[in-house]
Amino acid sequence: MARTADVVVIGGGIHGCSTALHLALRGLKPVVIEKDYAGRHASGVNAGGVRQLARDHAEIPLSVSSMALWERIEDLVGDNCGFESHGTVLVAESEAELAGFRARVDDLRLKGFTHEELIDQAELRRLVPAVSEHCPGGVVSRRDGAADPFRTTQAFRRRAIERGAEVIEGVRVTGLSRVGDIWRVETSGGPIEAPKVVNAAGAWADRIAAMLGEPVPLTVIAPMLMVTSRLPAFIQPVVILRGRKLSFKQLGNGTVVIGGGHLATPYRDRNQTVLDWEKLAISAATVWELFPVMRQATIVRAWAGIEASMADGIPVVGPSATSEGVFHQFGFSAHGFQLGPGTGAVMAELVATGKTNVPIADLAITRFGSTKLSS
Amino acid sequence: MNASELASSYELVVIGGGPAGLAAAALAAKAGVQTVLFDENPGVGGQIYRGITTTPVVNRAILGDDYWAGAALAAEAKASGAAIVNGATVWTLDPNRVVGVSIAGQARMIQAKRVIVATGSMERPFPIPGWTLPGVMTAGAAQTALKAQGLVPTGRTIMAGCGPLLWLLAAQLLRAGAKIEAILDTTPRINWLKAARHVPDFLLSPYRSKGLALLREVKGRVPVIAAHRVEAHGKDKLAEVVFATGAGERRMKADLLLLHQGVVPNVNLAMAAGVAHRWNSRQLCFEPVVDADFSTSVRGIAVAGDGAGIAGGTAAAERGRIAAIAAVEVLKRGASVTNVQTLRQSLAREGMGRAFLDTLYQPAPSFRRPVGDTVACRCEEVTARQVRDTADLGCEGPNQMKAFLRCGMGPCQGRLCGLTVTELIAEQRRSTPEEVGYYRLRPPVKPITLAELASLPKTEAERKAVER
Repeated sequence: MARTADVVVIGGGIHGCSTALHLALRGLKPVVIEKDYAGRHASGVNAGGVRQLARDHAEIPLSVSSMALWERIEDLVGDNCGFESHGTVLVAESEAELAGFRARVDDLRLKGFTHEELIDQAELRRLVPAVSEHCPGGVVSRRDGAADPFRTTQAFRRRAIERGAEVIEGVRVTGLSRVGDIWRVETSGGPIEAPKVVNAAGAWADRIAAMLGEPVPLTVIAPMLMVTSRLPAFIQPVVILRGRKLSFKQLGNGTVVIGGGHLATPYRDRNQTVLDWEKLAISAATVWELFPVMRQATIVRAWAGIEASMADGIPVVGPSATSEGVFHQFGFSAHGFQLGPGTGAVMAELVATGKTNVPIADLAITRFGSTKLSS
Repeated sequence: MNASELASSYELVVIGGGPAGLAAAALAAKAGVQTVLFDENPGVGGQIYRGITTTPVVNRAILGDDYWAGAALAAEAKASGAAIVNGATVWTLDPNRVVGVSIAGQARMIQAKRVIVATGSMERPFPIPGWTLPGVMTAGAAQTALKAQGLVPTGRTIMAGCGPLLWLLAAQLLRAGAKIEAILDTTPRINWLKAARHVPDFLLSPYRSKGLALLREVKGRVPVIAAHRVEAHGKDKLAEVVFATGAGERRMKADLLLLHQGVVPNVNLAMAAGVAHRWNSRQLCFEPVVDADFSTSVRGIAVAGDGAGIAGGTAAAERGRIAAIAAVEVLKRGASVTNVQTLRQSLAREGMGRAFLDTLYQPAPSFRRPVGDTVACRCEEVTARQVRDTADLGCEGPNQMKAFLRCGMGPCQGRLCGLTVTELIAEQRRSTPEEVGYYRLRPPVKPITLAELASLPKTEAERKAVER
């Protein structure tokens, strides 16, 4: 006989674990199926940025609701997740770029979002004293910060289990079928039956969607990161650039994490990524120009986590268009870490009650022209 | 040669200039293969033949005939036509055989058709209380100082550990005029029983006469004391060595403690390239899975020498030649090379005494799996207790452990703690090292500076050369 649950969550990344926790908090019994171990891929090895800054309008409501959870993360998961809030600064490298930022900040204010704030050169220099002198200003989101991604994912996993979720690792989903009102999830560890299924399978989520006759244009990506040896503390906020690809932050232990979206070649069937050092060299050169203090730093490690990117750069969050009882939560396109806590809460609400007050309509899978609900 | 003088691609890139690398490069270049050998040291030789072309130790009796055998290998490689580049640090190798190398602060990416990784071995971690104190170092480091600079320890010197190299170094140091107060032999007594069944093979092997002569030479001049616990004590530096013998605890004042409990494959580069590895339960280490030609699971990448499992310097050269023949057969079909069968036979002969040595000198569990406040990871100062407690909390492997404790995340990339952490987790979780696995290693396998990385040429032509 198949084992049963209220909800099967496919994927043990930050999103799957967060959704499982929030489902458990609502009194439901979720089972998470993870093919490797929780946080093995992008959720565990991303840059750890907890950022509301510079997000697509469609996901700002999710991001804002998530931020509220980050600010009480220890109450939620029993661990501070290494979360520290020193803001994120988007640095303008020219007056023209700064003018563009001003237009965006003004537009956001008209829409009622105030987390982005334009800053002049003096404030930029105050926040980021080490930044090169050619930068005229930027944008800050003061409540932003950074956390330890693997620790965060593990904290959600652990708390979910404490609240009654089950997390099965090293087991992969091989099929999905509907028997009456029940979904039968075939796995390498035997079948599980549940009325609801959440597809939080990250870079592998298109395969789950395909099992439901709902193909989506998902690109597997692996954004590269590198970390330096320890340096004396010289910068507190996370720094990002728009024109050139760069994100940059110094951790509490003095090491500096350099990222920004240059991509490695992912091989998702082998859990492997091959780094592109020519592109990492571009990041190195950008840091070299922007932060003279970094020039003698040593790079000790570079890596890339495998994840899903959608063509329009925003995730798929919401019910399946073909399969009743199935919900999608994937495609976070290299900026899903901050969204994890809040999206899990929204997804649990959606699964449990069928609706949510957080506007997510623009994130529906139907935007890719999927077929209508068939059942 | 500087980085800009390198070609953007080579038919064969050999990484490491020890016996395996030298023999491989010489054979391949002589067969007409366009070959470059990268070696990070100022001169070739690797660890075993370190300083072979430059050593100030001119009295040949001190380092011994086995050391000077390296001179012929170095000369052969030099004459072969292979480009031999010293001071060249290879910091990445990927599954598409793109090699990242730095020479004098300048980085380059080189495309190879074939790669022979000959990065050899490193000393097994020896995590005892006080092993991070100044005045405590590995025997291998002392041997390097002797070979490269002719440095001989002064002051009260104690050696501790087990394994053939411990005895070789003791003999070399004594011949060079060092005084050794005592050798603390940590070979577990039970190993003699376990090794007994391998004695017949050992008696037929080339190790026998050399090994026994070394033991006689050293034991005639230094007290050898069996010890089952060794600790380094001192405030800011080593002051005394405390050890447990069958007759109780003893203490000896010391200025220098040299530790050694065998060597293990230096797996970092091959692992970072995605080569499949397995646990060797006799040598208690991870080694790449290789076929008879030393080809790995990654197409076009071979691992030769002690990097493919510990077999010693003579075997390393033979393994290098066998791997090179496989490369020649692909790159220069029909070129005349040595008969590979002859090489395989001498390699088999060379391996005959190995089971005995491996079993006899298998370090005791207490010297591999520390307890309490003994440091496991030196870079991030993580103790054995922290690793054990975290494993008890549910941490199942070294990669998760990195995230909890940062062990293995320092500049040494886990070289000094990898095996310790794997074995500790396996013990706490009643699992096996094979099951628990090793750190997932990330390039750069040797640190490079931001300035060096920023110096990579980024012209269109360069990009095309590496993007395929």
